[in-house]
Amino acid sequence: MKDTEGYVTADGRQIGGVLMEMRNITLKFGGVVAIKDISFDIREGEVRAIIGPNGAGKSSMLNIISGFYTPSEGEVWYKGEKRPPMKPYEVARQGVARTFQNIALFEGMTVLDNIMTGRLTHMSAGLVSQAMWWGKARDEEIANREKVEEVIDFLEIQSIRKTPVGRLPYGLKKRVELARALAAEPSILLLDEPMAGMNVEEKEDMSRFILDVNDEFGTTIALIEHDMGVVMDISDRVVVMDYGKKIGDGTPDEVRNNQDVIDAYLGVQH
Amino acid sequence: MLYRTAGQFKTSYTADQALFPIRQDAYLLGIILIFAWVVFPLTASEFTFQTLLIPILIYSLAAMGLNILTGYAGQLSLGTAAFMGVGAYACYKMVTIMPWMNPVVAILLSGVFSAGVGVAFGIPSLRIKGFYLAIATLAAQFFLVWLFEKWAWLYNYNASGAIQVPNLKMFGVYIAGPQADSMIQYFVVLGIVTLLTLLCINLTRGNLGRTWKATRDMDIAAELIGINLMKSKLTAFMVSSYVVGVAGALFVFMWRGAAEPNLFDIPLSFRILFIAIIGGLGSIMGNYLGAILIVGLPVVLNTLPQTLGIPISSAMVEHLNIMIIGSLIIFFLIIEPHGLARLWALIREKLIIWPFPY
Repeated sequence: MKDTEGYVTADGRQIGGVLMEMRNITLKFGGVVAIKDISFDIREGEVRAIIGPNGAGKSSMLNIISGFYTPSEGEVWYKGEKRPPMKPYEVARQGVARTFQNIALFEGMTVLDNIMTGRLTHMSAGLVSQAMWWGKARDEEIANREKVEEVIDFLEIQSIRKTPVGRLPYGLKKRVELARALAAEPSILLLDEPMAGMNVEEKEDMSRFILDVNDEFGTTIALIEHDMGVVMDISDRVVVMDYGKKIGDGTPDEVRNNQDVIDAYLGVQH
Repeated sequence: MLYRTAGQFKTSYTADQALFPIRQDAYLLGIILIFAWVVFPLTASEFTFQTLLIPILIYSLAAMGLNILTGYAGQLSLGTAAFMGVGAYACYKMVTIMPWMNPVVAILLSGVFSAGVGVAFGIPSLRIKGFYLAIATLAAQFFLVWLFEKWAWLYNYNASGAIQVPNLKMFGVYIAGPQADSMIQYFVVLGIVTLLTLLCINLTRGNLGRTWKATRDMDIAAELIGINLMKSKLTAFMVSSYVVGVAGALFVFMWRGAAEPNLFDIPLSFRILFIAIIGGLGSIMGNYLGAILIVGLPVVLNTLPQTLGIPISSAMVEHLNIMIIGSLIIFFLIIEPHGLARLWALIREKLIIWPFPY
């Protein structure tokens, strides 16, 4: 275990110890090396961004964190323990929630049902109780509905509660997806390009929500984003990847002045 | 007018999540239940019981079982009839081995056997989906019907190879077998169907229902938010096969009176699939609408021309029936894949805001 003291951000927030640590992660698909020997950590309460040009391996990294891919080499440490190989749903039950680059909502269900689905890791009533709609199942349904309503209030989507998700516009779908992830009350929230395809106003809204979530619930957030302006504004520390390798790691200012990062983004003269 | 929802405020989540958030729906269901429990039994003839009421209820139940698997959990199955057969044969063995057993208990228990068989045949769904899974369930269909034919123990080694429903009494009244009264049988079927419908509604609106729907809509996302896909699919197979199995036991014990293995052949599977599709996949009420249409149409075609005095041969009726049902299936697949239930939902939505559409 490395240091657990944390640090204080530029705007005065206290960041805690290491929540998740990636140690020498390598990911291979047959002969293709998607990620090569990358290590970094995510600290409690921070907004951590992963950036890099197309094909740098950012999404693969997120998929490793959420358990969708198993790294070929290297270890994932979570809450001070080495994480054994596990199924994605087990990772989710440990408090890792995520959103997707291409929206992955359940189109046939209403907004409310989608967000309620996010709470299913908190529900445990048995088949019989659920069939009777009595006892534990009923209490759980009501208690979790209250939690879900808090999230709905927070993200300002009260008016579309009972709308089927398929009818919503893109920006709102992204917000509902965030709500579904938030409803799980995760320890760490992974956002895969939360602002892709949004206009400036929607991006501002989304940035505000991300910061509010971090502020209000103290949720640790790891996000991938292409919009440099947004990333530099909202994140505390940034990992920069290029061709599967880590080329920079630090505060937005450090990264901005890193020669390797500038080369990767602007190209280098040969 | 009838569907005015103004003034019905919800002040608690309990109220908002009640079975009928809109009062009119509860009234409507109340009226339907009064008809089903009081008016029909008082007015219906032997013919109506046997050709309409009992089969509609049983087919609705079978379609509801299939709908849980296909409409809610998204796993296509073509083996419904075989699972019905498992329920029927299990019930037959139970009442012949243990004649003292309460027949209703036997019918409800027979679903447990088909649930077990259903889970076993559901295991391939963990690796394959869509059409490939349909083929795997087709294997169940053929294998089980073959088993009903070859395993003589199932039909107590009798020469005909068919199962014959014995006379069964409950509280001193015959409820199954040749001596049973149609009205009594109707009440037994209605009671079981009402009970299972209520349980299915609860399951599909609760946590398990959401798990199934999530599995259906996007399985990868479902797994990444914490759904154990294996558990979700196998519980769907289990609940679905249970309901289908009970429907199968009712089918033979409360309606047909006897059954040969080929009764559970693939045409029955398709018939139930049609009911589910026409009624609406992913809806409980749709099964009833679909069954009323599929069971009722041939009866109407048979009796209507006669009452109007149009001469029509029974072969013609048969052909008309097949043509109409065939074109309805195509119509629904193209125009309204969510079936009659969606049509009703649209009408209801319009009625709520009528006469001001905006």
